[in-house]
Amino acid sequence: MDLFSFFRKKEELPSGSVAKDRLKLVLVHDRVNCSSQVLEMLKNDIIKVISNYMEIDEEELDIQITQTESDDKSGTVPVLYANIPIKSMRKVNQE
Amino acid sequence: MSEVIVITSGKGGVGKTTTTANLGCGLAIQGKKVALVDADIGLRNLDVVMGLENRIVYDLVDVVEGNCRLKQALIKDKRYAGLFLLPAAQTRDKDAVSPEQMQKLCENLKEEGFDYILIDCPAGIEQGFKNAIAGADRALVVTTPEVSAVRDADRIIGLLEASGLNNPSLVLNRLRVDLVNRGEMMNIEDVTEILAVDIIGVVPDDETIVISTNKGEPAVTVDTSRAGQAYRNIVQRLMGNDVALMTFEAEQETFMDKLKKLFQK
Repeated sequence: MDLFSFFRKKEELPSGSVAKDRLKLVLVHDRVNCSSQVLEMLKNDIIKVISNYMEIDEEELDIQITQTESDDKSGTVPVLYANIPIKSMRKVNQE
Repeated sequence: MSEVIVITSGKGGVGKTTTTANLGCGLAIQGKKVALVDADIGLRNLDVVMGLENRIVYDLVDVVEGNCRLKQALIKDKRYAGLFLLPAAQTRDKDAVSPEQMQKLCENLKEEGFDYILIDCPAGIEQGFKNAIAGADRALVVTTPEVSAVRDADRIIGLLEASGLNNPSLVLNRLRVDLVNRGEMMNIEDVTEILAVDIIGVVPDDETIVISTNKGEPAVTVDTSRAGQAYRNIVQRLMGNDVALMTFEAEQETFMDKLKKLFQK
């Protein structure tokens, strides 16, 4: 018996949708078969390469695998999402 | 023509054994000759679900190792003509059998003239799983509408396809219609959309399953059981007949449901 549903706020998503959304995200990771170690290595390599050209905020850097609608709109495809804040373009300007 | 069907899931406790027992029994009632094979070596259970636990003499490992003939190990279910069980060994582990031996066993069962050979796969993705799918022509994947079970089903579907068992059919088990109607459980479309496989049946959560398992009589034989009806429908679909999915009309609201709704407003 779900007593808490008595008091649940209206704006909260029903747990069925929450389950579906969580599941979708988990499966994106499972299906690309990419472990968190691999992702961490990828992240470090990206930092290395980009740092050759500009100064980036490593703390705020966010890299994840998620999904997006495919070009032909037939479904979703996994994408590598990277949000890399630039601190300054100094390095590249020095050249 | 005989067909070897493996019933698998990845996650444990979602109803593989119950599904195997019910489909086997249902096919036998339809006049088919059916062999049920318990591939869960070391944790045998199909025998108790079928109510045949007192009749075991030889098991799967005995057959594979040549301690007895296949016919000696097959237990005939006296209630339903044409239904046989090959029990798993209880005192051995999964390494006692190899995928090649399972393949051979399936060939031998086909030669015995069985129409359907249903293999109850153990949970997990290791040796036992590889053994169970080795001789299969087709796979049924059982899942429940829960995040963990669907996730494991997705992994299993990937592994099945990697082994050449393409287009597995999905059995969505233990659907709670009341929860789905309130949005508190993933519905049929949610699960099929995520897994992107064909669905062969939806089995509602039903206490008659518990009762019939207690007695060792599969629910498919109980006319009034809703889960039994769902299994009877899957049996028809396995035989190639087109049957519409069960409709889950809004179930009778209990007093507590009404009270809850009142509070939610």
